[in-house]
Amino acid sequence: MKDTLYLAWRYLAHHRVKTAILVGSLTLITFLPVGLNVIVGQSARELTSRAEATPLLVGAKGSPLELALNSLYFESDTPDLTTYSEAVRIEDSGLAQPIPLYVRFRSREYPIVGTTLEYFGFRGLEVASGRSMAVLGECVLGSRVAADLGVGPGDTVVSSPESVFDLAGVYPLKMQVVGVLAPLYTADDHAIFVDLKTAWVIQGLVHGHQDMDAPEAAAGVLKREGDNITANASVVQYNEITPDNVDSFHFHGGMDGYPISAIIAVPHDQKSGTILMGRYEADDDISQIVQPATVMNELLGTILTIREFVVAALILVAIATLATAALVFLLSLRLRRREIDTMSKIGGSRLSIGTLLVSEIVAVLLAGVLLAGLLTVLTAQFGEGLIRALLLG
Amino acid sequence: MISISELRFRYSQGGFALYVPELEVESGERVAVIGPSGSGKTTLLNLIAGIRSPQSGSVITNQVDISGLADGARRDFRIRNIGLVFQEFELLEYLNVLDNILLAYRINASLQLNKEVRQRAVELAEMMGIGDKVSRNVRRLSQGEKQRVAVCRALLAEPPLLLADEPTGNLDPTNKDKVLDILIEYAESKGSTLVTVTHDHDLLSRFQRIIDFKQFYDLPEQVSKTSGPQDLETQDPGPRTS
Repeated sequence: MKDTLYLAWRYLAHHRVKTAILVGSLTLITFLPVGLNVIVGQSARELTSRAEATPLLVGAKGSPLELALNSLYFESDTPDLTTYSEAVRIEDSGLAQPIPLYVRFRSREYPIVGTTLEYFGFRGLEVASGRSMAVLGECVLGSRVAADLGVGPGDTVVSSPESVFDLAGVYPLKMQVVGVLAPLYTADDHAIFVDLKTAWVIQGLVHGHQDMDAPEAAAGVLKREGDNITANASVVQYNEITPDNVDSFHFHGGMDGYPISAIIAVPHDQKSGTILMGRYEADDDISQIVQPATVMNELLGTILTIREFVVAALILVAIATLATAALVFLLSLRLRRREIDTMSKIGGSRLSIGTLLVSEIVAVLLAGVLLAGLLTVLTAQFGEGLIRALLLG
Repeated sequence: MISISELRFRYSQGGFALYVPELEVESGERVAVIGPSGSGKTTLLNLIAGIRSPQSGSVITNQVDISGLADGARRDFRIRNIGLVFQEFELLEYLNVLDNILLAYRINASLQLNKEVRQRAVELAEMMGIGDKVSRNVRRLSQGEKQRVAVCRALLAEPPLLLADEPTGNLDPTNKDKVLDILIEYAESKGSTLVTVTHDHDLLSRFQRIIDFKQFYDLPEQVSKTSGPQDLETQDPGPRTS
């Protein structure tokens, strides 16, 4: 047995290119369906774990999926906006703790998440270096953002304009980095967190400018009507919040009407959650409440259906590959007819010659399956990081 | 060493048939078998070696009725008692020189590959002048070297019978003599029997007896059926095809 295995090994080693192609094909065709299954399973867990950790989401009526993706992963377009009054409504109901989110602006490709400090506690975010944001204009970076940009506490990041052609739109705001979060391998690692009011500053709803009563601003004043002052464009508006100008930042109008993209509602108990959901049942309500887990499961249902098709296609490809491999082996046997005859003539036993030929095939199949198994283990081990990288950017 | 009587063989396809009324080869004898292509010389070697079985008659090789053995037993007998050398060398191109020489020990459990056998293989290679090439792949050898590897493979088990099918057919004159010298020296030193099929009449003087298939091939049927193979000198009828 040892001797025939040695001969089989010599044959495979001599025809190493053919062997490598066969092993590679069998590895891939074995790994692809299994690996796909593992990856889809991990993706599903990755998607659902965050959704399941978020009991309820409230937002403007529209696409529940968009609302969930934007609020959970800071992906997809900004959903239809609701107002801060919706957070007040939930607070006033006494049924849940509202955590408002305003996910609309970006700094480069990183989302800026306007929220409250309750969000940090809710997600279990911990500041690894520096501190949490305390005053207007401060931000805390997710670990990946800090690593990618090479910035930390004491540095600054600038919000990106929504459109370079919209001169009347959102102007960049330079924000002071005061802290960096510990990595959690979630979407939070890829986000920049600011106080909700800072997000409104980025939008221009809260703003700071030159004191209009100061003599140097007099030239810019067009009209005064009581407390209302109309000025021209020469009045200096601040694009960075500093201790010197922070007091000049002010709201126009009440906070209740200010926009937010969603509210995470954390019910005090299951009954409160049910009651809260019931309050959003009315058809004429301009807001919707969704259970993120349900929304994501519907999405996963679609993904899993696609997976079934992909796996079915891969099985067909596997059959074709195995048939091709069988053909290669048969052709190889035909090419080796003379060698087999020689071994028979000099007295090689049928068992030894058969073992030699079979062990070559078994070795190739085994190598393919083992490599596929190794790839599957590696995928199971490191695929999650890969999935996070793919899913979260 | 070889005793054939009333041997009849016919391939299942084609009209070729072989009839050998009687053939005796003594132990230690050196016999050349000559004759036209297709006259059955290789078939006769295959029958003597038990590679093929006759339809009737008996083939006794080294005192064993090889035609009466089962396939497995014939293979075991062959690998221990018969050294085969082919015109086309029939080396395994994915093995090096040493592994080709050792091949018989790797494909039949009735031969045990051990340290002594390996040592003997190396010594044989050195005797054949290819001792410095034992690790080389056989594709990188000259024709003469390849045939010497094939001869080493045939001699390694020290068989009492050597069957060589045109062993010098693909060799230049120098290598032709060298290979034949090796075979004859081995046969003489070990007292082995050597039966060689050849087309090369220049080599016939090296053999003790010559069996000419052509002569018997053309004989009338009634003569051939009552005759056996004999030396050319006696002109007695030998094996024939019909």
